[in-house]
Amino acid sequence: MTISAQLSADGQELIISVEGRFDFSAHQDFRNAYERVDASPKRYRVDLSNANYLDSSALGMLLLLRDHAGGDNARISLVNCRPDVRKILAISNFEQLFEIA
Amino acid sequence: MPELKGDKGFITVLLAEDGPADRMLLATLVARLGHRVLTAANGLEAVALFEQERPQLVLMDALMPVMDGFEAARRIKRLAGEELVPIIFLTSLSEGEALVQSIEAGGDDFLSKPYNPLILEAKIKAMNRLRRLQATVLEQRDLIARHNGHLLTEQRVAKAVFDKITHSGCLGAANIRYLQSPYALFNGDLLLAAYKPSGEMHVLLGDFTGHGLPAAIGAMPVADAFYSMTARGYSPSEILCELNAKLKRILPVGMFCCATLLSVDTQRRLLEVWNGGLPAGYLRRVADGHYVELASRHLPLGVLENDAFDTSCDVHPLAVGDRVLLLSDGVLEVSNATGETFGEERLRTLLRECDEPARLFAQIQNALADFHGEAHDDASMLEILVSDEPISALPMQEYGKSWLISSQDWSASFEFRAQTLKSFNPLPFLLQLLMEVRGLRPRSGELYTVLAELYSNALEHGVMGLDSALKQDAAGFSEYYRQRDQRLSELDAGFVRFHLQIVPNGEGGRLLLRVEDSGEGFAVAEELARQQSPTSLGGRGMRLICRLADECTWDEDGRGVSVEFCWNAGA
Repeated sequence: MTISAQLSADGQELIISVEGRFDFSAHQDFRNAYERVDASPKRYRVDLSNANYLDSSALGMLLLLRDHAGGDNARISLVNCRPDVRKILAISNFEQLFEIA
Repeated sequence: MPELKGDKGFITVLLAEDGPADRMLLATLVARLGHRVLTAANGLEAVALFEQERPQLVLMDALMPVMDGFEAARRIKRLAGEELVPIIFLTSLSEGEALVQSIEAGGDDFLSKPYNPLILEAKIKAMNRLRRLQATVLEQRDLIARHNGHLLTEQRVAKAVFDKITHSGCLGAANIRYLQSPYALFNGDLLLAAYKPSGEMHVLLGDFTGHGLPAAIGAMPVADAFYSMTARGYSPSEILCELNAKLKRILPVGMFCCATLLSVDTQRRLLEVWNGGLPAGYLRRVADGHYVELASRHLPLGVLENDAFDTSCDVHPLAVGDRVLLLSDGVLEVSNATGETFGEERLRTLLRECDEPARLFAQIQNALADFHGEAHDDASMLEILVSDEPISALPMQEYGKSWLISSQDWSASFEFRAQTLKSFNPLPFLLQLLMEVRGLRPRSGELYTVLAELYSNALEHGVMGLDSALKQDAAGFSEYYRQRDQRLSELDAGFVRFHLQIVPNGEGGRLLLRVEDSGEGFAVAEELARQQSPTSLGGRGMRLICRLADECTWDEDGRGVSVEFCWNAGA
C-alpha cells in the first residue's frame, strides 16, 4: 500500500493516489496526504487506478476526507476505479456523496 | 532466586570440566569477572547441580567420564524448559565438527582451548544478553496472554449484558434460522429481530465499520431504539430515522453502520426492505423458485444528516413458503487458502442450483466451511421462512401505572390533518393511550392490527385516493407504494379522525372506535364482495378487520367505519 499526493499546477486540485490494498493500514498515510499540504485546494481527486481492494474502513477514510474538504460542500471525485472497487462503492451508495468516474 | 547481583550482569555460572587443572583455571577466570561459579567434574554432577542451584549459564566440557557433555546439555535444556539457559561448550575438537555436535546437543556456542580470558568474557556477556532477551520475550508473551484473557472475559461479560438488554428479541422464532459468532458483537455485526404489536416481524442486520469496542458501543443504542420502537408499533421508516439520527450524533465521522431492516408482515403478506450498504439479500419465491434481489439502495446509517436521509423501503408481496435471506459482507469475504474470496458469484450459483430450499441455509453454511477449510465465524447470516403459523406470544410491554388504569369511562377525539399525516404516525400514540385500559391489554396485537388497517385505508384510499386494484401483481405492487410515497409527500389537504370511547359494561367494558376520512368514500358493498376473492393481493384489509374486531360496520358512503372491542371482568 502506497499513498502519494500531488497538487495540480494551478494549486486548485489535490490528487491523491492509492496503490495496493486500501484498508485500515492506510489510515495514517491517507490522512497525512491531505492534512500535510501547505495549500487549500478547491477540489480533490482520489485516483484508485492501482487500488485493488477497498474495505469499509477505507470508506470511512473517504468520509473523513469529505468532512475535511467541507462536508456537503466538498468537491471530491473518485477516479479510475476498478470493477471490484466500484462495486463496493456502489453497494454503499457512495455516488450520493462523491463523484465517481 | 540464585541470581547474584543480577542487575549488574553478575550471574551464577555452572562449570563442568573433568580436568582439574582446566577446571581450576576456568573457575578463576569466571570468578574474576564477578560471577559466582559452581563446578562439576562430569555430566551427571552437572545435571544434579543444575537442578539444585538453577545457574543462569553453563560452561560444558564435551568429553567427560560418567556422562558426556552432550547428554548433560540435552538434560539441562529439558530441565530449563522455556527459560533460556545458554550452554557454551568447551572443546579441543576441531572447530567445524565441534560446532555441529555441540549445537545439535542444544549448545548455544562453543569455546576452544586454549582459553582466552577476553573471548570468554565476551561470550558470557553475549550469552547473558541473549538470555535476558528471551526472558523479556517470555514475560511479554505471558503479559499479552494475560491481557488477552482479560479481554475475552470482558467481552464475555459485555456480551452477557448486551444479551440481557436485547433479550426481548425473537431470533429464536421457529421460522428464523441464523448464523452468528458469539463474538460477532465485537466484529461489529449486529442481528436483531422483534415483533410489532400487530404481529409484523422487524429484523435488523447491521455491520459497523471497525472492530472491537467502538463497534460494540454503537450496537447498544441501535438495539435499544430498535426494540423499544418496534414494541410500540413504529414503522420501519420511523425506526430508521431514529437509528440514523442517533448514530450520526454519536459516531465519529468515518464510522458508520451498514444495515438492512426488514418488516415481514405475514398477515398482509408484505415484505418491506431497506438496505443501506450491505450486500444484497434475497427473497426466494416459492411459486417459481426465482430470487428477488434485495439490493442496497441507500447510504449506510450514520452518514447523512436526517434531512438528507432517505428511509423509503422497497415493498414486495409475500407468499407462504417464500424465504428471505440476509447476509453480512463477512459471508462474501470468506477466503480460501490462496486468498481468493467466496464472492457473490459463488453464492448466486449456489442459490440457483439449490433444488431443496429447506436445505438452502445449511448448504450455504457447508459451502462456506468447505471453501474456507474450517468453520468460519466472522460472518452473519439469517433466513426467514414466511409461514402462516400464528405467532405464539407477542411481547407484552410494561406499562406504568396511571390514572387511566382504573378509569373505565372516557372518550377522546383526534383529527390529524395533512401536514401531520405527512410525517407523523399516530398509531403508536393511539395504541399507548388505549393500553392504559387494562381490559384491552390482552388484545393489544389485534387492536393494533385493526388500528393500522383502518388508518392505512383512511389515509391511502380515503385521503390520498390510491386505487388498491393496482396491487394485483408484483409490479403493480411496487407502483402502488411508489405512488403512495409520492402523494404523501405532496399532501396539502385532508384529514383522518379517530373517535375513541371507553364504556363500562358491568364488570367489563367496551371500546367504540370510529375512523373517518376526508376522501370521497367508496362503494362499500362492492368492495366487500371483491375482497372475498382469495387471489387479490391487496384485499385482505376489510376481512381482517371483521375477523379481529367484535363488531365492525362501514358507513354506506365508505367515508367512516365503526369497530368495537369488548372485554369481560377479570380480563
